[in-house]
Amino acid sequence: MDFQVGNESRTEDGAVILIPTEGVREHLVVVGNGMAGCRAIEELLARDAGRYRVTIFGAEPHVNYNRIMLSPVLAGEKTFEDIVINSRQWYDENDIELIAGDPVTAINRAAKTVTSRSGRTVGYDKLLIATGSDPFMIPVPGKDLPGVISFRDMKDVDTMLEAAANGGGAVVIGGGLLGLEAAHGLTLRGMKVTVIHLMPTLMERQLDEAAGWLLKTALEGRGQTILTGADTAEIYGEGQVEGVRLKDGRDIPASLVVMAVGIRPSVALAREAGLDIGRGIKVDDHMVTSDPDVFAVGECVEHDGNVYGLVAPLWDMCRSLADGLTDRHTGYRGSVTSTKLKVAGLDVFSAGDFSGGEGCEDIVLRDASRGVYKRVVVKDDKVIGAVLYGDTADGGWYFDLLRKGEDVGEIRDLLIFGQAFASGGGQADPKAAVAALSDDAEICGCNGVSKGQVVACVEAGNCTLDAVRATCKASASCGSCTGLVETLLAVTLGEDYSGERATRTVCKCTSFGHDDVRREIVAQGMKSIPEVMHKLHWSTPEGCSSCRPALNYYLLCALPGGYRDDQQSRFVNERMHANIQKDGTYSVVPRMWGGLTNPRELRAIADVVEKYNAPMVKVTGGQRLDIFGIRKEDLPAVWADLNAAGMVSGHAYGKSLRTVKTCVGSEWCRFGTQDSTGLGVKIERMTWGSWMPHKFKIAASGCPRNCAEATIKDFGVVCVDSGYELHVGGNGGIHVRATDLLCKVATEQEALDYCAAFIQLYREEARYLERTAPWIGRVGVDYVKSRIVEDDEGREALRARFLFSQSFSQEDPWARRAAGEDAELHQHLAEVRPMEFAV
Amino acid sequence: MTVSNNVGDWLDIGPVSQISPGNARTLPVRGGEEIAIFHTLDNQFYALVNKCPHKQGPLSQGIVHGNVVACPLHNWNISLKSGEALGSDEGCVPTVPLKVDAGRIYLLREAVIPSRTARKAA
Repeated sequence: MDFQVGNESRTEDGAVILIPTEGVREHLVVVGNGMAGCRAIEELLARDAGRYRVTIFGAEPHVNYNRIMLSPVLAGEKTFEDIVINSRQWYDENDIELIAGDPVTAINRAAKTVTSRSGRTVGYDKLLIATGSDPFMIPVPGKDLPGVISFRDMKDVDTMLEAAANGGGAVVIGGGLLGLEAAHGLTLRGMKVTVIHLMPTLMERQLDEAAGWLLKTALEGRGQTILTGADTAEIYGEGQVEGVRLKDGRDIPASLVVMAVGIRPSVALAREAGLDIGRGIKVDDHMVTSDPDVFAVGECVEHDGNVYGLVAPLWDMCRSLADGLTDRHTGYRGSVTSTKLKVAGLDVFSAGDFSGGEGCEDIVLRDASRGVYKRVVVKDDKVIGAVLYGDTADGGWYFDLLRKGEDVGEIRDLLIFGQAFASGGGQADPKAAVAALSDDAEICGCNGVSKGQVVACVEAGNCTLDAVRATCKASASCGSCTGLVETLLAVTLGEDYSGERATRTVCKCTSFGHDDVRREIVAQGMKSIPEVMHKLHWSTPEGCSSCRPALNYYLLCALPGGYRDDQQSRFVNERMHANIQKDGTYSVVPRMWGGLTNPRELRAIADVVEKYNAPMVKVTGGQRLDIFGIRKEDLPAVWADLNAAGMVSGHAYGKSLRTVKTCVGSEWCRFGTQDSTGLGVKIERMTWGSWMPHKFKIAASGCPRNCAEATIKDFGVVCVDSGYELHVGGNGGIHVRATDLLCKVATEQEALDYCAAFIQLYREEARYLERTAPWIGRVGVDYVKSRIVEDDEGREALRARFLFSQSFSQEDPWARRAAGEDAELHQHLAEVRPMEFAV
Repeated sequence: MTVSNNVGDWLDIGPVSQISPGNARTLPVRGGEEIAIFHTLDNQFYALVNKCPHKQGPLSQGIVHGNVVACPLHNWNISLKSGEALGSDEGCVPTVPLKVDAGRIYLLREAVIPSRTARKAA
């Protein structure tokens, strides 16, 4: 062996012995010339500059630069020189030998040497591995095409700048921090950028759903296309990347593809050397690997089960390492991380655990007009997590409270308003704090109402929140000062304040009632559940099982064809398109138009019953056949069989049109006056598939004997000699209610038109989960008549809106599931079969 | 305990991407209780026996909000972390220790696979 550098020497008989070559200085070799490796040396030099002789190997042909600042270089805000941390001069002055552009390819722990790509072998006394991490490339076809890159080093930035010079489209795969920074830089460089993100919200590791939605909206406002829930199928091109195809078939042309889906600790070298590896190189509290002379720091390391990808833990590790190398042994205890960053000029902060949990309390502040969202998670009077968007000024303060584990019980009620409020005021009782406000203090920013005005309004006899809202307008707009107004009511009225509101709120997540929410959705043109929750100041991050389905319906109703139904906001029956039974199986009801059927349909149903061993088939009250005991995993196959016989979903499971019940009418019955069966079929063809505030039942009877029981339905037709009596608001449930007569019309077409208009009025104005009976009980049948019977133009407009909405909803949901859509809803993840059960 | 040498033995259930956020999927166990694995909108994973403590409704089919699932049968709210019924309802469903490592879901084997005696009884 011929060593070029090292502290070995040979005796005359050829045996290698170790002798200190430069006095008593030991040789420390660093593998990796990045932020961790160099920071470790800086920390070491600060403690004991003369202790080690240092050699650093780097893969890149550069001095150490700040990798985090590659984004500003890409964006054109900084040059490479600006982001250099350690210049040549630093290496020279500290007598550090830098071997750049020549990565270490092997470690020989027995001989205590490292060998580089060019064949250079160097001996060490102590070895520090700081190889960082490798970008993860998703294994799709085309990932190796020229023009497909990661975003990790200066070379990637150069490739991006070259591509940007030619203009055109760029695709960034990955909507995390790194991906969004790449997208921002490329946008500033003039490229048309599309971000493809697998998860439903951006930066889901750092941000919750609400903040992720705000970020997406803001980035879209800056010209980027953001596709969430998008899965890459392949990258294509002839000799050079030409575009990306998604699994749903969408095709995005691009001359550059940046993969920024994540990083993996770079452990190949260490593994090769036989060191203990978990997710990263395993180290103890002093950054020592399984070999006492080999250390490791940075993103390549696993400490106490954790792997870090942020810069702050890396500094902590370097301090502990330097302490250990200079005999101080303080020990690394792991890091709590926070993320504070600017993406495209947008402030975002997150820290700690914001997943919620037992005993956790969310404090949420939303200020829609300023684009601010704040959420602090408190447990046992301690801050355990925080997410801030739009105003991150207090991020450092929350992070400090979190790290120190300070008791925030005293300032709990003012915590969300920030440090200035919480530590300045000292008013522990919010009621006393409000009482202490001066008369001209502003309570309602939207309507400019002062405390004095609210108090005067209450003293004038307005003793409820609704009365205050109606009179002086305080909290009548965005609603964020509702709590303050209620406190003022309590302070002013004392024991007389009932504390009850005239209108019930949608749920405990909001201070708004159903009608307010619907009005604002339409007035402000809101388009998604997170948007509604943000603009209307929801007090919970993602709502609850009461408000989510309601908001989903209101948006669906307000935006026919323009709203993407949220499956996570659907009750089980609507998500599974079948009725769940007490044993967890489902019942299936195929549609039979007007209650009519034929041999083909009956055979198909009979075959399904036998094929899937359905234990029961029953005729329902709505004149359909209900097949019981179908397992969720068999549903798509059952539907495929029923589809094959021409049958579609009967929606027996939905807040939607259920059935149109008929009698045989004039075609067969000796008393029949009109073709009620034919009319029933026509009504069902027109109305099926429509989503409603609650379930909706229709019947058409051929004569006043009313065999179809039309007068206990939501909409009922009773045929008479001279035409059609139209009835509304009946119910055969807990509180039986006979219908009100709406009007009488002369022709079948009019009966259909009035039916469509009535349904649309109900869809637009009733509250979610309010049947027509209580709705009409609330608004009065005269109101319904004024809209449907007395207002010809209004009725026509309602009918037109209903038919427009129907043009999007009459697609059989069963057929889509049978074709494989949302298959994961039906399939088990796997099955566990212990050995003795194995077949 | 005869299974003490199995402590820390984890069953690999597969990649996290199999369960989209806000959803749950099921894992039937021969001779044992079916398990529901939840992925919350906040990107956390939990596993519970798939039976509401009230009337044994399949929790996997409920609406997930925060780290709570609303049972599809009678809307009881069950904590995904502790398995306990929340609010005024009382009852508790067993949780199954779960960990996510390098993008894969693992369940504690001894909590999934029923003991030999329990299986004989079943």
